Amino acid sequence: MYRYDEFDARFVAERVAQFRYQVERRLSGELTEDEFKPLRLMNGLYLQLHAYMLRIAVPYGTLAPKQLRMLAHIARKYDKGYGHFTTRQNIQFNWIKLVDVPDTLADLATVEMHAIQTSGNCIRNVTADHFAGAAEDEIEDPRILSEIVRQWSSLHPEFSFLPRKFKIAVSGSEHDRAAVKFHDVGIEIIRNDKGETGYRVYAGGGMGRTPYIGHVVGDFVAKKDILAFLEAVMRVYNQSGRRDNIYKARIKILVNALGADEMRRQVMREFEEIKASGTLDVPAEEVANIARYFAPPAFEASSDDVPEYDTARASNAAFRAWTETNISRHRAPGYAIATISLKPIGGVPGDATHEQLDALADLLDAYGMGELRVSHEQNLVLPHVRKKDLPAIFAKLEALGLATPNAGLVTDIIACPGLDYCDLANARSIPIAQRISERFADLDRQHNIGELKIKISGCINACGHHHAGHIGVLGVDKKGVEYYQLQLGGSGAEDASIGEILGPAFGEHEIVDAVEGVIDVYLERRESDERFLDTVRRLGIDPFKERAYAGWAFHI
Amino acid sequence: MAQTDQILTANRLRDGEVAYWAAGRWVAALDQAEVFQDDASAKAALKAADASVQDRTVVNPYLFDVRREAGVLRPVKEREIIRAAGPTVRLDLGKQSSEAFDVSL
Repeated sequence: MYRYDEFDARFVAERVAQFRYQVERRLSGELTEDEFKPLRLMNGLYLQLHAYMLRIAVPYGTLAPKQLRMLAHIARKYDKGYGHFTTRQNIQFNWIKLVDVPDTLADLATVEMHAIQTSGNCIRNVTADHFAGAAEDEIEDPRILSEIVRQWSSLHPEFSFLPRKFKIAVSGSEHDRAAVKFHDVGIEIIRNDKGETGYRVYAGGGMGRTPYIGHVVGDFVAKKDILAFLEAVMRVYNQSGRRDNIYKARIKILVNALGADEMRRQVMREFEEIKASGTLDVPAEEVANIARYFAPPAFEASSDDVPEYDTARASNAAFRAWTETNISRHRAPGYAIATISLKPIGGVPGDATHEQLDALADLLDAYGMGELRVSHEQNLVLPHVRKKDLPAIFAKLEALGLATPNAGLVTDIIACPGLDYCDLANARSIPIAQRISERFADLDRQHNIGELKIKISGCINACGHHHAGHIGVLGVDKKGVEYYQLQLGGSGAEDASIGEILGPAFGEHEIVDAVEGVIDVYLERRESDERFLDTVRRLGIDPFKERAYAGWAFHI
Repeated sequence: MAQTDQILTANRLRDGEVAYWAAGRWVAALDQAEVFQDDASAKAALKAADASVQDRTVVNPYLFDVRREAGVLRPVKEREIIRAAGPTVRLDLGKQSSEAFDVSL
């Protein structure tokens, strides 16, 4: 785990004190709401439908037991007993009182957490592959670079008032679990022909009302040059990104207006200038210091054949089902990566109670695991589990209601908070996720369907990543009534693609049938081991469209 | 053209609680809210509510449309139905729940 150095500790403490004073000035009338709003947003505090919402960063998705316990404490003391894990490795509390926020932030600071830059037009919480340090296909742990970027971008004076928000994601593996091509800047750690590692940098990806897949602006950026390169991208954006129209202010609009070649040219011009100054060279010894914080635990020498694990799989059908989907291969023999689904059938995607957070901290301690991960898919991950411990861990998770065996299946649905909580939403997302989950609750049916990522957003801002869903659902408002657009063929992985809209929106009571209809078409027409996404790509959307609108001819 | 009725709402500054205007004060429940049947009185209330923005009781006051269905007042937009009740996915939370909340806004 990364530990705050004296600079980190000081600036977080200073920010807590500063915000406490700002809240006092707001309550005393010294600051108007217009003056206060940008200040609270810089500290992750939104005013939503029912209350204030505090968005807390989980940098690169890593949480230690004491941090989990603090989040449980915050849920109990300042909220209504639960938190919501988002699609950007943050946790949100939905019922926060403004008057309690300074104390909440002070409590968080005691475990090296904060809400700085989780909102506002700045560089947001840097996200990384949730299997970092554990994945079998990993070239290098992406959290090392993520931490370097965090240090560079935190309170960066030049980039605190960008045209719009800016999101960076880092992947260290060939298989992209961090959706890097859908970020303002996405970084892939790659290896060249000489065996050196460096960075492929994408810019201009994004979702929202105008989805784009990022363009490569740096083919192979040397490790020591990465901050100079990122600074160059930011400067081009800061200078030329539009500030006259909020809907055209993201870097994706700039990149696509300039064209990828011109963007690269401008970035390279800035980059050469910054590089020549040498001021942003990343010092190797500092990298080594940071890397030490992310050193993998001392794995016990072990064979990958673990009799206890195999015996439990043979004797316990529920455990076997869980291992089919929620266990991934680990780089160390005898170890596994376990995904803890926060998608119980009919539940609220991403929600966790204070009891569950506390119990997970105990579980980490009991098995010497040290850290938990938060995924952008709104699940949690145990990155380094001894396979022989898995049966006991599964039993504990089962007792906590955290053993749903559905990672990557049709009921493992991403959904934004939607109109149940969010001030920006046009329609509810969570109930649609719940109804789909209930419709496909049968586990055999889920296994028969196989990998299928459904992603639901309650408005065009796309926090639910609907553009990148194999099946995407977008809630829209028609005269105050909720409707849902269906789109197919998106992917947030290395084969990134943007889903195609099927046609007119469905009513709240039609959308689940429409989803079931397109899945039926897949089951009827798939070839060999095709995934849903592969079948959609091969057939195009027409056969799916025909089924989805069957009986609803008046829609077309 | 039929006039849509309106209600004035805001959020309480110190905790974000949803509030409704009722004859010069703020109340917590939609069914206690004052219903404006003409635009002029709705706008007058919105202007009057400025004072409670100035004194930091509430933030962001605005008007929304309501209609009467079988004698029951119902916001036209789903958003306001949810604000008045709480999340539809957590019936144990928000104004719809039995949890006590401070009505003296």
